[in-house]
Amino acid sequence: MLAADHVSLKIDGARLVRKVSVQVQPGQVTAIMGPNGAGKSTLLRLLAGDVMPDTGNITFDGQPLENVSIIERARRRAVVPQRSSIAFGFSVLETVLIGRYPHGGDHARTTDIRIARHALTRAGVAQFESRLVPTLSGGELARVMLARALAQIDGNSGAAYLLLDELTAALDPAHQHHVLRLLRDMARENEVGVLVILHDLNLAARYADEIVFMRDGSVTARGSADEVLTPALIAATFDVEAVLVPHLSGSRPVIVVNG
Amino acid sequence: MQKSSLTLLFLVVLLMATVILACGVGAFPIAPATIARIVLRGVGLASTDGIPSEQEAVLWSIRLPRVLLAVVVGGGLGAAGAAMQALFRNPLADPSLTGVSGGAALAATSVIVMGASLLPGLAHILGVATLPLAAFGGGLAVSIFVYRLATRGGHTSIAALLLAGIALNALAEAGIGLFTFIASDEQLRNLTFWRLGSVAGATWPVIAVVAPAILLATGVLVAQARAYDALALGEAEARYLGVRVERIKSLTLVCCALAAGTAVAVSGMVLFVGLVAPHLVRLACGPAHRVVLPGGMLAGAILVVGADAVARTVAAPAELPLGVFTALIGVPFFIVLLLRQREAWNL
Repeated sequence: MLAADHVSLKIDGARLVRKVSVQVQPGQVTAIMGPNGAGKSTLLRLLAGDVMPDTGNITFDGQPLENVSIIERARRRAVVPQRSSIAFGFSVLETVLIGRYPHGGDHARTTDIRIARHALTRAGVAQFESRLVPTLSGGELARVMLARALAQIDGNSGAAYLLLDELTAALDPAHQHHVLRLLRDMARENEVGVLVILHDLNLAARYADEIVFMRDGSVTARGSADEVLTPALIAATFDVEAVLVPHLSGSRPVIVVNG
Repeated sequence: MQKSSLTLLFLVVLLMATVILACGVGAFPIAPATIARIVLRGVGLASTDGIPSEQEAVLWSIRLPRVLLAVVVGGGLGAAGAAMQALFRNPLADPSLTGVSGGAALAATSVIVMGASLLPGLAHILGVATLPLAAFGGGLAVSIFVYRLATRGGHTSIAALLLAGIALNALAEAGIGLFTFIASDEQLRNLTFWRLGSVAGATWPVIAVVAPAILLATGVLVAQARAYDALALGEAEARYLGVRVERIKSLTLVCCALAAGTAVAVSGMVLFVGLVAPHLVRLACGPAHRVVLPGGMLAGAILVVGADAVARTVAAPAELPLGVFTALIGVPFFIVLLLRQREAWNL
C-alpha cells in the first residue's frame, strides 16, 4: 500500500495540502477530484516522493518512503505527470523503452522490447510504434506516456503503483473509457494500486473504487461513488449544482452539472 | 547489424581516413602508404628503408601531434556539446554558444597576461597543465552560472540560456580585448589565436596533458547515456524513473567544463563543433544518447581534423584560423535549428 498519513505541505507560505490522508491499495482504483488549485497534483507529487511533506508521513508498503531508494521506488511505482512530453525526436517505442530504465534495461534486450510492445498494445497505441513522439496528437501522446508507465512497473512480483495526473484530459470519450477500463483491469489482475486525478464525475462513478474530493488542500469527502457523488457533496466541493438523472439502461444514475 | 552500431562504425572508419589524409596534406605531402610505414616503424614493426628522413621528421614532430590534438579537441567539444544538449533538453546548447568556452578562454588569457605577476611560481609548478586548469575553472564557473540562470524548477528556458551566453561571450570578448591591450608583444602573439582557434601549438607534452583529461571527461559523459535518455522526459520524470538527477547534473557540468575548458586551453575558441557534431549523429540515427554521445565525439573529431587540414592548406603558405571554418559550417546549422524551434520556444 502507498499511503499518505495526515500530510501537510506549504510552499512559499501557501498551504497547498493540509492534513490529507489517502491510501492507494493494490487492486483498487482511487480517483482524486476537486476544483483547480485544490492541491490534487501536489498530493500526487507527495506520494511520488518528488516533494517531502512538512508534517505527516508517506509510507511505501509499510516503510517510510524516504527509506526506500529511488531506484526501488521506480521499479514498483510509475508516475505520469500532467502534460508529460519528451525532448528530441525519440520514437514511440524508444520512449516506452526508457520506462525500463530502473530495471537496467538496455534498448537491445529482447525482454524489454517485448514488455514495451505489450504495454503499447495494452494502451492501444501499438500501431504508432515507429512514429516520432513530436508528431503525435495530445491524446496519442497521453496513451504513449501511459504505455511508458506500464512498461516501467511490468515484471514485478509484488504490488505496484500507478500515479496518473489528468491523463484522460486530452482523450476523446472512447479512449477515456478504454484507458480507465485498462487501469481497472490492471488493478484487478496485476495487483496494481492506481491513483488517478480526474475531472469527469461520471467516469469516476463508473471506474473508481474510491473517490476522494479535495478543496483548498483538504479532503472534503471520501468513499464509494454512491457515498460521495451526491448533489450536496458535489456542491460543497465544486460550487456547482448537480442532479442525478436515472439512466435508461437501469445502471448507475448520470450526474448532470447545471453550473 | 543495428543502424546505430553501423553509424558508429562508419564514423570510426571516417575518422581514421580523415586522420591519414590530414597527416598527408601540406607544404610537404606524404603518401598514405608512407604514413603507415613511418608509424609502424615508430612502434618497431617495420623498417624505414627508402623513406626520406625529412618526411619522417615532419610527420612525427609536426603533423601527427597537430592532427592528434585536433582529434582530442574535436572529440572533447563534440561530447561536451552532446551532454549539454542532453542536460538542457535542447539541441541549441553548445559550449561556445552558452559562454562556457568564452569563460574558459577568459580564465586562460588572464593567466597568460597576469599570471606571472600575480602568482609567480604557480605556472612553474603546474607547467603545461596551467592553462588547462585555468580554463577548466573558468568553464566550470560559467557552466554552473548559466545552468542556475536558465533552469528553474526543473524547466529550462532556452531564451535565458542563449541570452546568458551572449552576455558571457561579450564579457569574455571584452576581457580578452583588454588583455591584448596590456599584453606584451610575445603575449600578444599568444592571445590572437584565442579568438578563432588553432591547433598549431600542438606538441607531444601538450597532448600528454590534454588527452587524458578529455578522455576521462568524455568517458564519464558517455557512461551517462541511459540517464540522459530518461532526462529527455524531464527532471521530475527522470527522478520517478530512478535517475539520481542532481548527481547527473553536477557530473555533466563538471565533465563538460573539463572537456570544453581543456580543449579551449590548447586550441582557443573553436566555435560550433559542439552544436553541429551531435546534430549530425541525430540526423543519421535518432536521438538515443548511447549513439549521440560517442557519435558526437567522433563527428566532432572528424570536423576539427578536417577543418584544420583545410585551414592550413587552402591559402598556403599562410594559415587561416581554424574557427573560421567550423563557424562556416556551424552558423547555417544554428540558424536552421533556431528557425525550427522558433514557434516551440516563442523566440
